[in-house]
Amino acid sequence: MKLIDALTKDTPLATRREITPKLGFALTVLLALVWLIPFLWMGVATLRPASDGINLMAELMPSLKPTLDNIRDAWEIGDFPRYFLNTTIICTGILLVQFFTITLAGFAFARLDFAGKSLIFYLFLMQLMLVPVLLIVPNLRIIAQFGLYDTLAGVMMPFFASAFGTFLMRQAFEAIPTELEDAALIDGASLLQRIRHIYVPLSIPSFSAFAIISVTSHWNDFLWPLMVINSPDKRPLTVGLSVFTATAEGTQAWGTIAAGTLMVIAPLLITFLIFQKRFISSFVTSGIK
Amino acid sequence: MSLAEPAALPVAASVPPRLHIVTRFSTRFKTSLPAYLLLLPSIVFLTLFTYGAIGRVLIDALYQRATPKAPVLFVGLDNISAVLADPAFTGAVINNLIYAVGTAVPSIGLALLFALALARTNAVTSALRAALFLPVLIPMVAASALFLFIFLPNVGLLDYYIGRLLPVLPNWLGDSDIALYAIMIITIWKNAGYYMLFFLAGLQSVPEDVMEAAHLDGAGPLMRLRYIILPELKPTFLFVIVIATLNAVTQVDHVFVMTKGGPSNSTNLVLFYIYQQAVEHYDIGKASAATLLTLAALMGLTALSFRTMANREGGP
Repeated sequence: MKLIDALTKDTPLATRREITPKLGFALTVLLALVWLIPFLWMGVATLRPASDGINLMAELMPSLKPTLDNIRDAWEIGDFPRYFLNTTIICTGILLVQFFTITLAGFAFARLDFAGKSLIFYLFLMQLMLVPVLLIVPNLRIIAQFGLYDTLAGVMMPFFASAFGTFLMRQAFEAIPTELEDAALIDGASLLQRIRHIYVPLSIPSFSAFAIISVTSHWNDFLWPLMVINSPDKRPLTVGLSVFTATAEGTQAWGTIAAGTLMVIAPLLITFLIFQKRFISSFVTSGIK
Repeated sequence: MSLAEPAALPVAASVPPRLHIVTRFSTRFKTSLPAYLLLLPSIVFLTLFTYGAIGRVLIDALYQRATPKAPVLFVGLDNISAVLADPAFTGAVINNLIYAVGTAVPSIGLALLFALALARTNAVTSALRAALFLPVLIPMVAASALFLFIFLPNVGLLDYYIGRLLPVLPNWLGDSDIALYAIMIITIWKNAGYYMLFFLAGLQSVPEDVMEAAHLDGAGPLMRLRYIILPELKPTFLFVIVIATLNAVTQVDHVFVMTKGGPSNSTNLVLFYIYQQAVEHYDIGKASAATLLTLAALMGLTALSFRTMANREGGP
């Protein structure tokens, strides 16, 4: 228990002498290591030379002769730069339009008084609970009617408005003292100018929290783009990876699959490791979703 | 704030009563106009892809269109009864129930354990939290690609390290008795770290002096958990249970990548069934009927989560 003692030395006085919390902590440490195993395997398998053969494929000890062959193969078989570009376009496009829609709607709910406010508010609230993911079939028909089937715009469009983002911005705007706006009002600033120059700059933390949630969820989205996109050159990363995995699985090229998976998840993982605190707090904020 | 609330307006005494009301309404509308314009872009998209989509499902469920080119026939409730009579659908519902309970209970239990163990913030606990949170960030498709190898018969990670202890090596994804439980493992691995965050946030509201006092009164860790921590976490539990249930219904990417609902429909979940009807069988009527039934079934949950939401949001 020496190690656990060292790791938990700043626990509250009450629990310092008790055994159960230490056992819980030890179990958590163990499980955290188990949780990392798939990532560990991905890293080790990516660098394993094909000469190690299929029998050593599951070995978690890294090979002594690491190779970049798998990464090169994955790069050549899958059209990853293209998938990467498509996903970036989708996430950026959705986010930019969302910023616009949630700022305006959030402001209306936070600061304006209008007929039917409660009714419209509950209409937004309900949207959160109606589980839009389930509506893939009618939404595909609507997208097709707009002539947006097999386009990136078709993938983006259902997410242009965000009830969650609207509520987040409403909260942020409500926290801004009205005195600031009154001063601008005296100076003759219009409604949009007040939003643009007072509310938006003071709500940057909320915007960045929303951006993290929005980009993470659309970066990882799969079923919807799978339905909308037909052309191989319009596939986002997730759809590209599933096609790539299905192809490589047939040839038992597990090192290549590991390398492809690594390429797909690396951008988000690296961003997370840099902005860890911000990610975690954004995800907690998303709890109001 | 309600529609009936009278707007305080200076109205000339000479205006006849009828006109009085009309003016009041039009003035009310005029003062509301800027708000409506600000809300317009959001409302257009919400209406199209949520409320319009629900209307679309209601209509589509009443019609049959066997092939994309075939004429559209009005069939009333035939699609609904066809879905209810389809053993693949009822099977998917049962699978989904098992899957929902079998993923929610362990992942929420683990999340609570993680949160209790990692409640203090220091370098070690931050690193452990990050390790447990990593799976949340990666696409389900990527997780599935990794677990495909983990479950691979004979050479895969599970068989290589643990399988040798078993007399017969199971085919994790190929055996219809095991496959559903195998895909549940991915979901638990992926979601426990997410739910942990909410428990970590909830634990902050547990007063430390009460914990110290209980300790001095001789309450052990399990008693403090039972009588102080768990009651305090009740709203968090409710909230996480709702999220976990919604996840169980809306997340099927791993089914698509790993099993395609097989072997013999043992991993078919409701959303995957809907996808199959629409995309593989071109049966929009049946897909819409299944969507409608699922939406209806989620209504109870919707009401529950609505209340949880309203409590957290505090209304307009």
